[in-house]
Amino acid sequence: MNIIVCISNVPDTTTRIKYKPGNKDVDYTGVQWIINPWDELALTRAIELKEAGTVKKITVITVAKADAEPTIRKALASGADEAIRVDASPVDAWNTALNLAEALKNEQFDLVICGVESSDYNNWSVGGMLAEMLRIPSVSAVTSLQIENSKPIITREVDGGRQQVSIKLPGLLIVQKGIAIVPRIPSMRGIMSARTKPLKVVTGVSGESLIEIVDYEAPPQKSSCKIIDSENLEMLAELLHTEARVI
Amino acid sequence: MNFEFTGEQLMIQQAARDYAQRELIQDVIERDTHSIYPERHVKALAELGFMGMMVSPEYDGSGMDTVSYVLAMEELSKVDASTSVIMSVNNSLVCYGIEEFGTAEQKEKYLRPLARGEKMGAFLLSEPEAGSDATSQKTTAEDKGDYYLLNGTKNWITNGNTAKTYLVIAQTHPEKGHRGINVLLVDRNSPGISVGPHEDKMGMRSSDTHSVMFTDVIVPKENRIGEDGFGFKFAMKTLEGGRIGIAAQALGLASGALERSVKYALERKTFGKEIAKHQAIAFKLAEMAVKVENARHLCLKAAWLKDQGKPYGYASAMAKYYAAETAMEVTTQAVQIHGGYGYVKEYHVERMMRDAKLTQIYEGTSEIQQIVISRELLHLH
Repeated sequence: MNIIVCISNVPDTTTRIKYKPGNKDVDYTGVQWIINPWDELALTRAIELKEAGTVKKITVITVAKADAEPTIRKALASGADEAIRVDASPVDAWNTALNLAEALKNEQFDLVICGVESSDYNNWSVGGMLAEMLRIPSVSAVTSLQIENSKPIITREVDGGRQQVSIKLPGLLIVQKGIAIVPRIPSMRGIMSARTKPLKVVTGVSGESLIEIVDYEAPPQKSSCKIIDSENLEMLAELLHTEARVI
Repeated sequence: MNFEFTGEQLMIQQAARDYAQRELIQDVIERDTHSIYPERHVKALAELGFMGMMVSPEYDGSGMDTVSYVLAMEELSKVDASTSVIMSVNNSLVCYGIEEFGTAEQKEKYLRPLARGEKMGAFLLSEPEAGSDATSQKTTAEDKGDYYLLNGTKNWITNGNTAKTYLVIAQTHPEKGHRGINVLLVDRNSPGISVGPHEDKMGMRSSDTHSVMFTDVIVPKENRIGEDGFGFKFAMKTLEGGRIGIAAQALGLASGALERSVKYALERKTFGKEIAKHQAIAFKLAEMAVKVENARHLCLKAAWLKDQGKPYGYASAMAKYYAAETAMEVTTQAVQIHGGYGYVKEYHVERMMRDAKLTQIYEGTSEIQQIVISRELLHLH
């Protein structure tokens, strides 16, 4: 089975986000870039399945300019076999999905796996759009993936429980927390072998943005914490009423 | 002049950081409190390739350069210096010594499992009466024709109980002084070896430190590294590189304490504002940052010289001296910035302060580094 894992190059989750003057764009100066954590878990699961012998090849794909290559090399060092970089600056979820779809039309695959969202723009959209554009079935909210007799056994989260489903191949899975537990850390051998693994660059499709960012606003600063003695319930009730205004 | 790291060096730094921040941190306080050897982490770091980082892939090492080693040591030491010293001894003393000076047979038998991290190594130089003065070895390796007969006691040995391979420095020809010293590869399970109790230390509490006693231990002649009498030179050459590892460890303690202090200073409020906005704290942080950056530059310069095949003893002594002094100073300031919270285990900096003290003492005290530096400076050698 050949698996494609879509990865996104995102700012480290501990980054203090700043905006450029005018608040229409993020200031990326000095930002450390990482693989989107949900995509990293997807990749980790693909690697685990490859190590178990049920997956033959893992290809990672991303839509990004050349400055994302360290992130791609990290995916290769972690255990992906090859990589595709669609040379474009994605402008929105639709445009990202369109670029991925165009590049994947020329690839042989059985499963595409996408993280549920990217940790920067949180659109929750690319996976579903991509499946539609590729005209392949998709399953969302996937928390577990096994492969038996070349068939994926998928567990997804539903309200109040879990659901087990299968999917016609080729298909697409939108995975979330639970798909893998600990993201794979590349070994030295992996880092050395990443040098020589193929990284194909394909031309992207330029697309007009369907969504315009009008304004960014930082979340309000967290107010300081007040610690009240556990014996002093009267004061707790009063503060919840007068300051927090929740009762 | 180029201050950029390569893509691979950055990846190694990130891998070490990820491991340290996700895994190593988890039970670090408990390990320190109860002096628990970090067995799970040593195994995991070995699987990732950190235990034989600089050994050639020909002998199952990772083939990385010394700059990468400094980056990895710094990241791991930000979280747990007890674990990083285990890695440092195995890498830059034991593996380096065997790879650089050992025979093909010695490398095949001893280096390969050490580089894979399946076995740990220990470097046995210090004695009850010979720490900084390494020429005064009391441990003897008596030449018996086909073999050496080893007798004596070694002190403060990192990996003393867990190591399977010992590199033992011992005197064969007392009349020749330091030119009579040899270095022998000794199997830990050889008859006549006994290991003392785990040392109850102030810091680095979860590293495995013991005395090791040798009583009529037979060591085959083919286990001697180099020519007869090469032992002292071997120890000095190996320690030159070892200093880079401990310097990077001290750097990690300092930079880790700085990171914790910055985070705390931006959160903790007194007199209506974050303490970082009080000049007394802000200037303290600025001073710490400059020293950490200086220590980093010295470590990387020494590592770079070693990677270029250039003499690095002077630079590694400077790096070790400055980074160790900085580690002590910065971790002490970190406790001060944290106030009462800094004095309890939960906030980590008190442990870092205790750990930092040892970097001024082992693998050549700060005073020994000053001797090395001043002799070179004054051409007194």
